[in-house]
Amino acid sequence: MPLPKEYDDLPGTVVFDADQARKGYHLNMCLMSLMKAENRAAFKKDERAYLDNWPMTEEQKQAVLKRDWNGMLQLGGNIYFTAKLAATDGLSFQQIAAMMTGKTQADYAEMMLKGGRSPDGNRSKSEWKTRG
Amino acid sequence: MARIVAGVATSHIPAIGAAWDNKKTAEPYWQPVFRGFEPSKEWIAKVKPDVCIVVYNDHMSAFSLEIVPTFAIGCAAEFPIADEGWGPRAVPAVKGHPELASHLVSSLVLDEFDITIVNKMEVDHGLTVPLTLMFGQPKEWPCPVIPLAVNVVVYPVPTGNRCYRLGQAIRKAIASYDKDLRVVIFGTGGMSHQLQGPRAGLINKAFDTRFLDNLTKDPQANVRIPHLEYLRETGSEGIEMVMWLIMRGALDDEVKEVYRFYHVPASNTALGHIILENTQP
Repeated sequence: MPLPKEYDDLPGTVVFDADQARKGYHLNMCLMSLMKAENRAAFKKDERAYLDNWPMTEEQKQAVLKRDWNGMLQLGGNIYFTAKLAATDGLSFQQIAAMMTGKTQADYAEMMLKGGRSPDGNRSKSEWKTRG
Repeated sequence: MARIVAGVATSHIPAIGAAWDNKKTAEPYWQPVFRGFEPSKEWIAKVKPDVCIVVYNDHMSAFSLEIVPTFAIGCAAEFPIADEGWGPRAVPAVKGHPELASHLVSSLVLDEFDITIVNKMEVDHGLTVPLTLMFGQPKEWPCPVIPLAVNVVVYPVPTGNRCYRLGQAIRKAIASYDKDLRVVIFGTGGMSHQLQGPRAGLINKAFDTRFLDNLTKDPQANVRIPHLEYLRETGSEGIEMVMWLIMRGALDDEVKEVYRFYHVPASNTALGHIILENTQP
């Protein structure tokens, strides 16, 4: 087991480090392939068949099919690759960000208009535990 | 002799490019953003750089995970615009400066910076959004551009100190080029933002303001910021600000701040922008 990492304490954040990059290599490369219009068309036609062309885990495939944006990150996905899936779905960065925070689009947009999420209370996992 | 005359830092938020391309610049949400760059456009029209070096990060458009260079310099004559999933932006292809770019690489490698040479590369919003903000929408970009791509996606990204020292080495490299060129260097990305996970939307105005102040007042204070502080205080993507330190390192020790603009929100991000000029002619 690797030693604990200094950034493991960050709440609600997956740092895309070498371990995550290794775990998510095929998932991310699959999502990257969606940068080509013909691949987007093939994906939209039969998502499952498209995903089966890649040596990904079943868990990773399910996360893509369910559009589990946080789940993809946990399984080694990186936001710049999942954003290519979002673009394929016609979603913006802000729309998937809202989904990942569990807020409605309107609530997330309002939080941003009011200056965004404060770092206060969001620096450490211990602060999220106490808030319940 | 070539010389660096000024540095420009700006966020490179993709939604800004989309707003521009879809002609939404007059909408209430975007109008303040584009208005904030009006003085910058006037400034750069006066400065008329012969070449711009744009420090940015590729968002897995050109490089993917197959090859992840920490520092890469584009030496091609032309860089096509990447399709990031919604079709390439309708902006001119970016013309390079192969001769100066190769000189930069040679000088930097001998200065012990192990630069990756890139002769074929598409460029994404990380590079084109800053050009749009500074130059608007010309038929051709007004000068050649040398892309300097930094890995800020796969952690760990280079340290602030390494970036600053790379900037210093760029300063030296430019000064040893025999053609009389006026160079402006861009540092892009940031400021505070987190795009991912349940903590998405994090913004830290106090940190950003201090970072902007210290670019002129105390650059070393910015150089010393550890990775964990960026992650904790500015969100997982705020660490892109190390790219601003390459720009800062390339300028003289003493600089003059000529313009600053800060606006929240632009999509998920605190938009920060600053122009710094060298004071020695």
